[in-house]
Amino acid sequence: MKKICLTLIGLYIGYFAGFAQDKTDSSKYKNHQLTFEEANIVSSYYHQDGNNSAVTGGIGTEKLTDISNSFEVKFYRYDTQLRKHSWDFELGIDHYTSASSDMIDLKANSSASHADTRIYPSVNWTRENEKKGTTIGAGVSYSHEFDYTSYSANLNFAAKTKNRNGEFSARFQGFFDQVKLVLPTELVSSIAGTSSASSSSSHHDVKYPSSARNTFDLALSYTQVVNKRLQLAFLSDLVAQNGYLSLPFHRVYFTDGSVHQEALPSSRFKLPLGVRANYFLGDKFILRAYYRFYTDNWGLTAHTASLEMPVKITPFVSLSPFYRYYTQTAVTYFAAYQAHTVADNYYTSNYDLSAFNSHFFGAGIRLTPPNGVFGLEHLNMLELRYGHYSKNIGMQSNIISLNLKFK
Amino acid sequence: MSNKRKQLRKLVVVIAAAAMTASCTPVKEYQKSRLNDGEMSLGARKVEKTENSFQTYREGASGANGGKTGGGCGCN
Repeated sequence: MKKICLTLIGLYIGYFAGFAQDKTDSSKYKNHQLTFEEANIVSSYYHQDGNNSAVTGGIGTEKLTDISNSFEVKFYRYDTQLRKHSWDFELGIDHYTSASSDMIDLKANSSASHADTRIYPSVNWTRENEKKGTTIGAGVSYSHEFDYTSYSANLNFAAKTKNRNGEFSARFQGFFDQVKLVLPTELVSSIAGTSSASSSSSHHDVKYPSSARNTFDLALSYTQVVNKRLQLAFLSDLVAQNGYLSLPFHRVYFTDGSVHQEALPSSRFKLPLGVRANYFLGDKFILRAYYRFYTDNWGLTAHTASLEMPVKITPFVSLSPFYRYYTQTAVTYFAAYQAHTVADNYYTSNYDLSAFNSHFFGAGIRLTPPNGVFGLEHLNMLELRYGHYSKNIGMQSNIISLNLKFK
Repeated sequence: MSNKRKQLRKLVVVIAAAAMTASCTPVKEYQKSRLNDGEMSLGARKVEKTENSFQTYREGASGANGGKTGGGCGCN
């Protein structure tokens, strides 16, 4: 009787076990249809002021306001070999008003150059092999504003280490730009081969000659998980630029009072090296530290250091105060208003290339409630950030940015 | 003297890199809850996009931050 009972119990368990162990592995199911992943809207308002405009030779107002908006949509699908294909479509639109650009014509009360709109769409594709831990990708982008047009293409590759704690990535990008030669109006007749804008209010109708500017960038990075709380990123860019690297409407005043168009060398090599360390301190604090060393062959050396400390007020709300310090030396070709001489081969009075240091501080708030921000199910994340920027040479600016993520 | 300083710098970098690599502990996917937190992202964050752009325009240095390096806009 005991044997019969044990046999029945064994058959009973075996019967259910047979159902429990389905031979098809559901974890391997992947969506082969194109699926919406997320959408992002990023909007910013930026305002600056200062008294070292390059358009007026290193003196004069730098007042500028910029409103920028970008819309990004991401889709993905898995192919028959279970590789993840992702598509990222982005459209950016910036509109700015600039008091210094308005001074291309010194005599006009207000000219068409006081405002412009920049449009920049881009498409990027990546194919990730989750099994091998490798990703390849490519992308193209375009940017257009009145005096500047840019075409860009990139190729990228990434490979994770065997234990998935490290990742090496490389991206090669080329920008092929055209700079429209819009000159300060008083120099139009004195420089041969440039067409003139007879009326500054109709400069959009005038055909200007243009010059090429090419930029090639090889970006290499390596990220490493150090332990459960700390991860690092080592970042570098090898940048080579050639072509017309000045801006045609930047004035330079010499010691003798004569006015000239900015002249800078036709090639530049840049080498920025950065390291980022993110550390989760306890359960509520995160430390985000960053340092960058930069050098180039125009004689500019710079150091950047920043620290941000997001504080998790709840698991879904965090406040992030931040501070960034930046210092740079001047490029060899920089001199102030009426300081260059006729002996100089290259000259600029652009204070963005002068020696200065700057402070940038502010705070951000990030909301990621599980039921959606403000109860809106698809509004997955809201991030708002404000920053105040000041240079020790008098220039100041404020920026406020908003990122909404939909899923 | 400057050569010695350069050698010393190199030595410090090599020692720091070696110490960091040696002290890495393998972390399994299920142990990455803190590392996967949105605030721990090592990449460029979208909300900082315009900040990176204006810094590229207003400063001589750029790059090594996942942002722009000089092309594609009327900046240096």
